[in-house]
Amino acid sequence: MALENKVPPGPLSEKWTKYKSTMNLVAPNNKRRIEVIVVGTGLAGASAAATLGELGYQVKCFCFHDSPRRAHSIAAQGGINAAKNYQNDGDSVYRLFYDTIKGGDYRSREANVHRLAEASTEIIDQCVAQGVPFAREYGGLLANRSFGGVQVSRTFYARGQTGQQLLLGAYQALSRQIAKGTVKMYNRHEMLDLVKVDGKARGIIARNLLTGELERFAAHSVVLGTGGYGNVYYLSTNAMGSNVSAAWRAVRKGALMANPCFTQIHPTCIPVSGEYQSKLTLMSESLRNDGRVWVPKSVADAEAIQRGEKTALDIPEEDRDYYLERRYPAFGNLVPRDVASRAAKVACDEGKGVSKTGLAVYLDFASAIIRYGKSEALTTGISNPTEAKIKELGEEVVAKKYGNLFQMYEKITGENPYKMPMKIYPAVHYTMGGLWVDYNLETNVPGLFALGEANFSDHGANRLGASALMQGLADGYFVIPYTIGSFLANEIRTPAFSTDMPEFEQAENDVANRMEKIMNIQGDQSVESFHRRLGKIMWDHCGMSRNAEGLKEGRQKIRALREEFYRDVFVPGRADEFNPELEKALRVADFLEMGEVMILDALERNESCGGHFREEYKSEEGEAKRNDADYTHVSAWEWDDTNPILHKEALEFENVELKTRSYK
Amino acid sequence: MKLHLKIWRQKTSTATGSYETHTVEADEHMSFLEMLDVLNEQLISEKKDPVAFEHDCREGICGACSMVIDGRPHGPQNGTTTCQLHMRAYKENDTITIEPFRVGAFPVVKDLVVERSSFDRIIQAGGYVSVNTGQAQDANATPIEGGIAAEAFDAATCIGCGACAAACPNGSAMLFTSAKVNHLAKLPQGQVEHKKRVQSMVAQMDKEGFGFCSNVKACEVECPKEISTENIAALNRAYISSMFTTSD
Ligand SMILES: Cc1cc2nc3c(=O)[nH]c(=O)nc-3n(C[C@H](O)[C@H](O)[C@H](O)COP(=O)(O)OP(=O)(O)OC[C@H]3O[C@@H](n4cnc5c(N)ncnc54)[C@H](O)[C@@H]3O)c2cc1C
Ligand code: SF4
Ligand code: FES
Repeated sequence: MALENKVPPGPLSEKWTKYKSTMNLVAPNNKRRIEVIVVGTGLAGASAAATLGELGYQVKCFCFHDSPRRAHSIAAQGGINAAKNYQNDGDSVYRLFYDTIKGGDYRSREANVHRLAEASTEIIDQCVAQGVPFAREYGGLLANRSFGGVQVSRTFYARGQTGQQLLLGAYQALSRQIAKGTVKMYNRHEMLDLVKVDGKARGIIARNLLTGELERFAAHSVVLGTGGYGNVYYLSTNAMGSNVSAAWRAVRKGALMANPCFTQIHPTCIPVSGEYQSKLTLMSESLRNDGRVWVPKSVADAEAIQRGEKTALDIPEEDRDYYLERRYPAFGNLVPRDVASRAAKVACDEGKGVSKTGLAVYLDFASAIIRYGKSEALTTGISNPTEAKIKELGEEVVAKKYGNLFQMYEKITGENPYKMPMKIYPAVHYTMGGLWVDYNLETNVPGLFALGEANFSDHGANRLGASALMQGLADGYFVIPYTIGSFLANEIRTPAFSTDMPEFEQAENDVANRMEKIMNIQGDQSVESFHRRLGKIMWDHCGMSRNAEGLKEGRQKIRALREEFYRDVFVPGRADEFNPELEKALRVADFLEMGEVMILDALERNESCGGHFREEYKSEEGEAKRNDADYTHVSAWEWDDTNPILHKEALEFENVELKTRSYK
Repeated sequence: MKLHLKIWRQKTSTATGSYETHTVEADEHMSFLEMLDVLNEQLISEKKDPVAFEHDCREGICGACSMVIDGRPHGPQNGTTTCQLHMRAYKENDTITIEPFRVGAFPVVKDLVVERSSFDRIIQAGGYVSVNTGQAQDANATPIEGGIAAEAFDAATCIGCGACAAACPNGSAMLFTSAKVNHLAKLPQGQVEHKKRVQSMVAQMDKEGFGFCSNVKACEVECPKEISTENIAALNRAYISSMFTTSD
């Protein structure tokens, strides 16, 4: 299969403008007759549905949540990037484009990323107009902060709840269209299959989660904004319900899954505290500005801590290993996410972990507290302050900077991070991979589009902080409303589709059979227990670092687990009623296939880049080693029960030069 | 620690419900919802029906979790959602009573799950600024004083959980509605439609069957985001003035 990316010709900075002004349009009177299904109400889906509604299309919008406002986007904390250059610090569309390409370790498509950077500025305008209460300076202008790895201040934020405020903005725009009748909203409806007619996406089968009924929906085109697949690992910072099923069902209908092995593992999360753990909580990257990461030098000390016989405070300075400062003197504790995560794993693998489970490292604020305390004493004119006074003053400064995070940490762990170093460990956070899409955000299935975290398009092998929110809203507000016209302009004479067509009947029967099969197993193990075991396999074999041997073993384990699932899972209740266990079972069944494709992709990609670290491919100092000659491409997978098939899209870099990242 | 749970079980929205008692072994580091996960795994292993409850983010931001714990929506701690509550708050042999939010406009779906789409319809009635994509001016064209933006933000942090209505003896949705009205009213962008918004959102609230507000202020105590009842006072003032001044 030839993957045609449909990137328009012309100089990089003019492609999008020119394309927009010359592309085919759908006239307003025709829009009224054209139906579009949007699945998902996160930043990507809600912004798309609202905007398509405003344009006059007849939109049907779906989410599995009880309200569109609860999509996982609501949980994003830190901020959203935009090349506004309000700080006059040299930012520009080109710089944002370049940072994103480089941050992604040169594995994303230039034209898409440039368009993203162009759209970024309009997003902020739009959100402010909607009433999103971004942080502001005293003078009333918008405030910015800096985020990891870049040299400008371009991140807009609303305290620690940027995702919430942006999503509520999109939700409100969507609500307005629902009230106007241009969007019909289906809450608690889960898409369980894609319907194709003559090879084109023309509808979905959804389960009404309240009644258990299967329902058919037809449209001229289907748009998926259904989020990422991080929960294949069971434990992640994603919301419990986030899942891959909508995208996976599209793959089962012929769409391709691109770069599935590119997952982002965030270094600073609250570690697993026990077997019952259900999800992991992120501790913002900003903490690494002042926190020092360490473990004991000796395994004996670490074991004493694990047994509860010693605490961090019993380990004298000379017996501590500040391993990031030691290994990366130039960047120290502020190395990028992937590097920091791998280093924590190495320390714990050596037996130096500092919690009961041995899977945690310290993030210590003691030196920062003393440092701030001393300078505070100096500036407030306290001479000869006692040590206690210095600490008190220092803690006040730290509380001002990170108070809400320290409080969140204490709520979860019951420990006071001012007195005892935080314990942190890396956790799965984001998935760069996703459905393969061309420049129009259209998958290889005509009429099927994918937006937001559900597609693979903009972040390459590693996403920069505050860029996912930007991408979701760019896709939904400013890209799809235009690019969907490339498909729909040829559909203005196509009458509405009837859900009585055999294609719909067939798809509904398939879903019913799939559910019946799972309900009828009546085995002995819960869905949750299978999901946990899948997560463990993925984490052990396809997590922070990977090798061919382990990946092959992981693949066998997943296949065995899948077989066991279909033999021994137990789902209580019935299919024709409200049944959260059945919902989970269907999602886990899809994760059991997705996991295998991730492993295959990781195995096939014989290089280390971004979040994908293959132990065989590293420099003498143990750093990631890319192989540009053989792997400057997108890997797009076609599902097949025995052997999924790999397709490639070559990545061409005409505007940036490929370089090695170094943090020494 | 061993805990005794008295949990509301109700098969469907029309069935009559009743309490069921269970014993679980919990760990002090567990969150409240993880304790319920343990119970559900136990029930599933006995081939029984697990307790249905709503949850998603498990970090206090999505507003999905919704239950009344020992008579208090979201449990004993102020400023905390159910998913943020940890078992450290309990001790060996405690008995905990768990029931759904009981509000007429939130019908029970099953066990602890209620249907809160009435809140969505209140927002649909006017909880937005009427601006289409692409119509915006530059974001810095209208400066907004930092303090005002912060006040708008405070009102905007509502997570739409419904605890306010569950806490209210009248089942009123005034705290939720007023939080949205004031978030938008504080900002210049929201002012154009302010009066109309006040009227239509209040009308929708009544239509959904939420009760009236008699200033009990239980909502403010139970709100996990500590949204202030000052919002309600402001909404009342705006409502009265809008009665005299709107043209349509
Ligand atoms: C804790 C945390 C903090 C983060 N902080 C930041 C940050 O500061 N900055 C940043 O840029 N990014 C951040 N991210 C990443 C960012 O939040 C996400 O990548 C982004 O919000 C994804 O948006 P989305 O619209 O693609 O999908 P989602 O928000 O996940 O929405 C998915 C939607 O699809 C629906 N859905 C899914 N499947 C189906 C189905 N089968 N049928 C019907 N409906 C379905 C769901 O109901 C939901 O409405 C963070 C992520 C996490 C986990
Ligand atoms: S006002 Fe508070 S209690 Fe009411 S819905 Fe909002 S967050 Fe929940
Ligand atoms: S589960 Fe999201 S707020 Fe509790």
